[in-house]
Amino acid sequence: MSDNGSVKNNWEPRIVAFFCNWCTYTGADLAGISRMQYRPNTRVIRLMCSGRLDPQFIMKAFREGADGVLVGGCHPGDCHYQEGNYKALRRITLLKKMLAQMGIEEGRLRLEWISASEGDLVQKAMNSMAETIRELGPLNLAEIPTPHSHDKEPVAAGVEGGA
Amino acid sequence: MSKPKVGFYWCASCGGCEESVVDLAEDILGVVDAVDFVFFPVAMDFKRSDVEAMADGEMAVCMINGAIRTSEQLEMVELLRKKSQLIIAYGACSSLGGIPGLANLYSKESLLKAAYGDELSTTNPDYTLPQTEIKVKEGMLDLPELHDDVKSLDMVVDVDYYIPGCAPPVRLLKNALTAILEGNLPPKGAVLAPDIAVCDECSLNKTKPEKMLVSEYKRPHQDHIDPEKCLLAQGFLCLGPVTRQGCDAACPSVGMPCTGCQGPLGSVVDFGAKALSGIASILDSNDADEIAKLFDEIPDPAGTFYRYSYPKSQLFRRTNFKEETK
Repeated sequence: MSDNGSVKNNWEPRIVAFFCNWCTYTGADLAGISRMQYRPNTRVIRLMCSGRLDPQFIMKAFREGADGVLVGGCHPGDCHYQEGNYKALRRITLLKKMLAQMGIEEGRLRLEWISASEGDLVQKAMNSMAETIRELGPLNLAEIPTPHSHDKEPVAAGVEGGA
Repeated sequence: MSKPKVGFYWCASCGGCEESVVDLAEDILGVVDAVDFVFFPVAMDFKRSDVEAMADGEMAVCMINGAIRTSEQLEMVELLRKKSQLIIAYGACSSLGGIPGLANLYSKESLLKAAYGDELSTTNPDYTLPQTEIKVKEGMLDLPELHDDVKSLDMVVDVDYYIPGCAPPVRLLKNALTAILEGNLPPKGAVLAPDIAVCDECSLNKTKPEKMLVSEYKRPHQDHIDPEKCLLAQGFLCLGPVTRQGCDAACPSVGMPCTGCQGPLGSVVDFGAKALSGIASILDSNDADEIAKLFDEIPDPAGTFYRYSYPKSQLFRRTNFKEETK
């Protein structure tokens, strides 16, 4: 976290991707086997289904240093579990709206439908996400105060721009 | 044998938590028999100097309600922490930041501007803002400073137990007092309320459909509420499924959706994110545009899902954040 923002020139976006096992993760595998190059900013976490993605995981990713979160699921109608991807769609749509109130730009959270045969779309999504986050800059969350940290007040909201 | 000493203090709160002590009704006589109130600014005339004069750990327990957002509140709770063996975060504001915690959605500057400038009922042509000192003819007066952030009690001092609720249900206060007097307390850090969802004790639970799906979201003023049917199934934003019980489902049982004041279940890390997850996933639509449109009926998700717990969001807040423009 500490390297966020302070060394602006060396800063690289950190993106956490949650890919579903049946479509997007397999698509990412295909991208790998096909030797497609993409920017190395993304760390992929495999879930069985995008419907397994609890919004708390997204919040945790941001808290632990992600500047952006990319979610990949099966195309509508293709979910291995019938409707998991629709649940992801509903949750992420509402979550984006709530994050906007919290000062988190819409571009930091992205949902993509990518099938197992669309390795090129994985490549494209990873590259364009990295580009978006680079433009948005580091997320810079304030540290969660603890009884031992409060004597030095966290940097005031809206006072210091990290980006 | 001398009676255990008890303190009750308030920070950024509305006074409702004190009201819950009054709600003990005649049982308060039993409480007064069993303990000595040594600090209770709302009800009794004790001063800060009385607390300062106490030995460290002299109080057996001090219940503190309200969020922490001024220098005075911080000083007081640090002092009370020293003087009390147990500190209990009493109520939603103290435990989770509460409704005052929603101030973290804005910068201090814009809060002050709204309260002392833009508000329709405010006349303040010189835009005078609260100062931390003022010179009067008797000398200089110090006033507390407003912090940049609203914090829960456990963000500034060590907290032993939590009693949730806005205000806490009398039953929880009674149970806690009994547990303290009998020395029968759970491990440190526990929330003194059952770790089961509100739905479990809700009288409407039996009307909950097998598969929960709603075609629209409604707020209580927008439609007739059928008080005999699960409110969530009717499309009202009832947060019972993610909220801890202990309140006898007081609100949903009389046809008012749960707003989550009892705070998260033990398994929930981030109340707002989890509540949002549950509410969003039951929408009966698979079309991206339609879904976005139906969410227009939730105009303020942060205020809806984090109503009592925004400072406890995993994000806490951004340092370089731009407020959403209205």
